[in-house]
Amino acid sequence: MAEQRFWEDIAVDSPVPPLMKNATPRQLVMWAGAYGDYYEIHYNENIAKANMLPGLIIHGTLKAAWLGQMLSEWVGEKGRIKKYSASYRSMDVPGDNITLTGKVTKKYVDGKDHVVEADIWVQNGKGEKTTPGTATVIFPSKG
Amino acid sequence: MTQGSVITEEMRKGIGIESEASIYLVEKEPIRRCAAAMGDNNPLFNDEEYAKKLGYRSIIAPPGFQPTYCFPVKIAPMRADAGPRMPQGFTRFMNGGDEYEFFQPIQAGDVLSVTRRLGDLYERDGRMGKMFFTVNETVFRNQKKEIVLIQRSTTIAY
Repeated sequence: MAEQRFWEDIAVDSPVPPLMKNATPRQLVMWAGAYGDYYEIHYNENIAKANMLPGLIIHGTLKAAWLGQMLSEWVGEKGRIKKYSASYRSMDVPGDNITLTGKVTKKYVDGKDHVVEADIWVQNGKGEKTTPGTATVIFPSKG
Repeated sequence: MTQGSVITEEMRKGIGIESEASIYLVEKEPIRRCAAAMGDNNPLFNDEEYAKKLGYRSIIAPPGFQPTYCFPVKIAPMRADAGPRMPQGFTRFMNGGDEYEFFQPIQAGDVLSVTRRLGDLYERDGRMGKMFFTVNETVFRNQKKEIVLIQRSTTIAY
């Protein structure tokens, strides 16, 4: 795991450290099996095209899981994710360079919890936000 | 689509009515397969000794892990008194998004009791006419009956 960040280190408007992905069709098949979502548009190109899609598309739930991975790596082992969301606005495709990232919108103390809120999103190779969401995470405090 | 609301009082009465529970034992291999499919090599999801050193009983599930889908068991259907779920005239569906609220880590060996309930219904006018949103909540409780996770999934019909 990367170094542990603390609540005091996090500034409003600072970026959530990005996580890069580039899915292969093989990875989509692995996710179909792990998640149990066997809809063919994720691994059968003919069926994807028959459904008016440009080709295979990445599962929304895999993108949501990647946002979770980005948040886990950000908060580290002493932090935790309280809540996050992902809206599946546009599709992403295998072979594209995908960036998961975000921006801190708020930080505050709630009882014992040192809380950070952020806008988070999935960005495609053209820089378009395809899958926006929000996150509420807890960081450890130095204090 | 029609003018005015498509959501009836009868449909709203279904909000909050919880289904019967389905029971799942969280096993290590589905957790490892989920992490492998994500491309996440965090040892907390793979290495039991590592996870134990951090105070867990076993490996823990990554965010996005869905125990209900990792087992060949269907989630319990909604109760009959949960009412009608869909107005007439909507034929196309999209997965609108997911929200995950975490209360405790899910650990291998946990026995989860999983229920579903209708969380919310709302509508919006979009480019393709009226869009009807259904939010389904899946509630995961552990062997101590504590809520560990609530997933809120939005389906858009149009």
